Amino acid sequence: MSTSITGRSVIDELPDPEGRPPLTGDRASTGRWGDRLFGGAATSSGVLVIALVSLVGLFLVIQAVPSLLNNNVNFLTSTEWVPSGAQPRFGIAALLWATVITSVIAMAVAVPLGVAVALFITQYAPPWLSKPAAAIIDLLAAVPSIVYGFWGLNVAGQYFEPVQNFLNTYLGWIPLFKDVGTSAKSTLAFAGLILAIMILPIITAISREVFAQVPTAHKEGALALGATKWEMIRTAVLPFGKPGVISGAMLGLGRALGETLAIMILLSALNPNAAWSWSIFTGGETFASKIALNAGEFDSPQKTGAYIAAGLVLFILTFVVNAIARIVIERRKAFTE
Amino acid sequence: MSTLTQAAVEPSTTPPVHTDLTGMSGRRAFTDRAARVVMWGAFLLACIPLVWILVSTLVKGGHMLLSGSWWSLSQNGITSRVVGGGAAHAIQGTLMQAAVTAIMSVPIGVLTAIYLVEYGRGRLAKVVSFMVDILTGVPSIVAALFIYALWVTTFGFQRVPFAVTLALTLLMIPTIVRSTEEMLKLVPNELREASYALGVPKWRTIVSIVLPTAFSGIVTGVLLGLARVMGETAPLIILGPYTKSMAHDLFNGLMATLPTMINQDRTEALQPALDRVWGAALTLILLVFVLNLLGRFLGRFSKVKN
Amino acid sequence: MKTTRIGQLASLAVIGSLVLAGCGSDNTSGSGSSSSPVAVDCFTGTINAEGSSAQKNAIEEAIASYGKACSGAKINYNPTGSGAGIKQFTAGQVDFAGSDSALKTTAADGGQTEAAKAEAYCGAPAWNIPMVTGPIAVAYNLKGVDKLVLTPAVAADIFAGKITAWNDPAIAAVNPGVTLPSTAIKVFFRSDESGTTENFTKYLKAAAGGKWAAEPAKKWTGAGEGKEKSAGVSEGVKSTDGGVTYVEWSYAKDNKLGVAQIDNGGGAVELTGAAVGKAVAAAKQVGTGNDLALKLDYTTKEAGAYPILLVTYEIVCSKGKDATKAKSIKAFLKHFASADVQKSLEGIGYAPLPTEVETKVLAAIDALS
Repeated sequence: MSTSITGRSVIDELPDPEGRPPLTGDRASTGRWGDRLFGGAATSSGVLVIALVSLVGLFLVIQAVPSLLNNNVNFLTSTEWVPSGAQPRFGIAALLWATVITSVIAMAVAVPLGVAVALFITQYAPPWLSKPAAAIIDLLAAVPSIVYGFWGLNVAGQYFEPVQNFLNTYLGWIPLFKDVGTSAKSTLAFAGLILAIMILPIITAISREVFAQVPTAHKEGALALGATKWEMIRTAVLPFGKPGVISGAMLGLGRALGETLAIMILLSALNPNAAWSWSIFTGGETFASKIALNAGEFDSPQKTGAYIAAGLVLFILTFVVNAIARIVIERRKAFTE
Repeated sequence: MSTLTQAAVEPSTTPPVHTDLTGMSGRRAFTDRAARVVMWGAFLLACIPLVWILVSTLVKGGHMLLSGSWWSLSQNGITSRVVGGGAAHAIQGTLMQAAVTAIMSVPIGVLTAIYLVEYGRGRLAKVVSFMVDILTGVPSIVAALFIYALWVTTFGFQRVPFAVTLALTLLMIPTIVRSTEEMLKLVPNELREASYALGVPKWRTIVSIVLPTAFSGIVTGVLLGLARVMGETAPLIILGPYTKSMAHDLFNGLMATLPTMINQDRTEALQPALDRVWGAALTLILLVFVLNLLGRFLGRFSKVKN
Repeated sequence: MKTTRIGQLASLAVIGSLVLAGCGSDNTSGSGSSSSPVAVDCFTGTINAEGSSAQKNAIEEAIASYGKACSGAKINYNPTGSGAGIKQFTAGQVDFAGSDSALKTTAADGGQTEAAKAEAYCGAPAWNIPMVTGPIAVAYNLKGVDKLVLTPAVAADIFAGKITAWNDPAIAAVNPGVTLPSTAIKVFFRSDESGTTENFTKYLKAAAGGKWAAEPAKKWTGAGEGKEKSAGVSEGVKSTDGGVTYVEWSYAKDNKLGVAQIDNGGGAVELTGAAVGKAVAAAKQVGTGNDLALKLDYTTKEAGAYPILLVTYEIVCSKGKDATKAKSIKAFLKHFASADVQKSLEGIGYAPLPTEVETKVLAAIDALS
């Protein structure tokens, strides 16, 4: 079979042009046993990955369902979070908002910046700077998230206050920028900025790799037609690199959505009586930070199930994001297969 | 249309524009220059947090790393009020766990990528590829909860360092698969076809032609994965509690790591503890950086020569 | 070929890291100073404990001084929270648990009670042994105000968000002669579930005369901005003029925050070790025999007694599953409860156990087997 995983093709079973039967057994040069073994190992790895994800999903669902059945409010629309007691009431609306808005802020900053930095490294930087520049941005990934959180709270946070005050004063009439009195280093906006720094190296690294692979012929062709450097980038580099940029951005988004420690350290939680606000200058809790913060208090199956249900939503969220990204990539396949 | 009117108006109002002869209008030249400035600006902007965070860590934690005891002693018997002890226990724990994680996840990751690029066709490959994407999105905290339920709740084992490495492996596999896959896809098909034409079996082609060609990219992927994994704290909070003493056993007892050391000491307002936080942060950053350099060096070593 | 080389390099790297790892060592009686004057029962081996973060600094101090006397003993305390500690203890993951509250004898969400679970694990009743008394400070940061008195009613209104400025007449009324600025009050609360929150709200509920409506719980029910753990709330107050929170005394001390005096009706009481000791001595024992679970009297009007406090317990099996381990635990707890260690705790924000309680505690530890 031509599609067999052993790598054999129809040719293996047909006589050669001179009519001799195909070689079989130990003398066959197709390395059939090696192929079968190697192909088998590769396939089982693939199947293992499927098994792992299914196990994670299965486990989350099994643990979440009993708690969800006991829930007394709408899980998707409620902002309450009282997961234990005789009348558990918990909903994810507030968690979802905080998770999404911090990630959106992070992406809004990090994707353009990351692509620009990748273009700088591959197209603009003088040759002596290109490699060190790439290494410098990679080094951003070397800083663990807990350090970003600690640094954000204790070092950088105070400098965000003037920015926040400025936006509060002049743009405060927009609900998004309303001042609700949360300290500057603990707002969704600042957490989003720190997230942006954290996902920047991921986006840059992947974009850089694909930009560097743009065929020289495309680039020189564009230049030869009289394009400026920027036009060459727009017409040759960016279209070629688009799937890479998207996958980099999605990796970044995945990390931003599930980021735990930095968010947990930075964000102020809202009190249970707080009025709902659309402002990005308020606090909140994301799925991940809420789960991590309370991991020490999972003392009953009911409560644990509620947090796992929140984890399940996070899981589904990333699932959807990745599925969308995948469709985009499939549509614009630019790689050689 | 517009060029026509332009041509008609121009001579009467302005002197002939010479740039037109080169095919470069003022606006295009401006855009090009602006793009250049934006790219430089973006790079410099991206450098700010890095330089800032490195300077903060160096200034606040640098002196910790200069003392010999930092590299040779643990925190055993040292409270947050007292200066002294070292981070050897945490450094060792981080290195051991990262090494074990890499040993488990690299083969699975690379093989899965090979399956996807070289073997996988049809439904199964689509599902595998999709699942890798999903795995990419699994947040570390969820991975940790999953391993906790598997290891502790279901099997009834103790929370041991090996459980941490299992959670980390789960997080590292997709990073490796994705980066390896991208790299394998970039290997020109001509290379494979040339190899097949010479009668080299498929698996030999993959091992000796495709993998070496993509090697530097694969190493970069592994290192990015390791960088993520070494600084990952959420699974450690759930599965790998901190201890102040040395530990060597992956299957027994507690093992300290640099992230948990930071997490422990950051909760103190006391100077000795804060010094340790910055010291541990700097050590962790340095470790990952050294790994990065090593990877680049390795990558250069085995690039296919023309 | 290439893969073998890569493999070799990788294994080299792994072996390298392991070798490097082997170089480190624990400090054996490190700084080498002060040989402990009291005779300490030493054991060799490891004890793992987990639980309340409120007692972390205290138990670390005890572990350090024990380690100085007994170099072969290794004690790990992992401050993940009371709930986690109890859970790990009943699951057999740790040797004893530290908790802000005694094992619950009523079940949460149906199922077994904590006490029953612990008994099932131990094969004998588990005892709550009070070890560390941690006063909860009402810590504030207010420019120009060094001395602040609060009554439970005023405190309840502040933490419920009903009083929003520091120069509110209600605060001024209990602080005659103090010039209060008009700074807005910023309440910080623990965003994680915590025994400190539970004890503080228990106090407000009991002492504020109906001003605090919500049921006491580990989860905050009042106003304000939530911060992660004690470190987070104290950092919040430290960096915010007008900030106020409830936090263990040690964090207030370490962060150099102002600590309000509490007037429970018997005059303003400053937070001191002695004032806390008075309140602990007045507590009722609710456990039976050597189970020393205490019930605090939050409404005490006794002069000079500081009413807002929590007692952290060490939760142990009365009959150890493993004889050597039980002996080790006993030796360490004895050291922890000793007068010397207890006294040393005041310097770091805890109050020593009052003598009569200490006597009972030592008797209970002696009865462990």
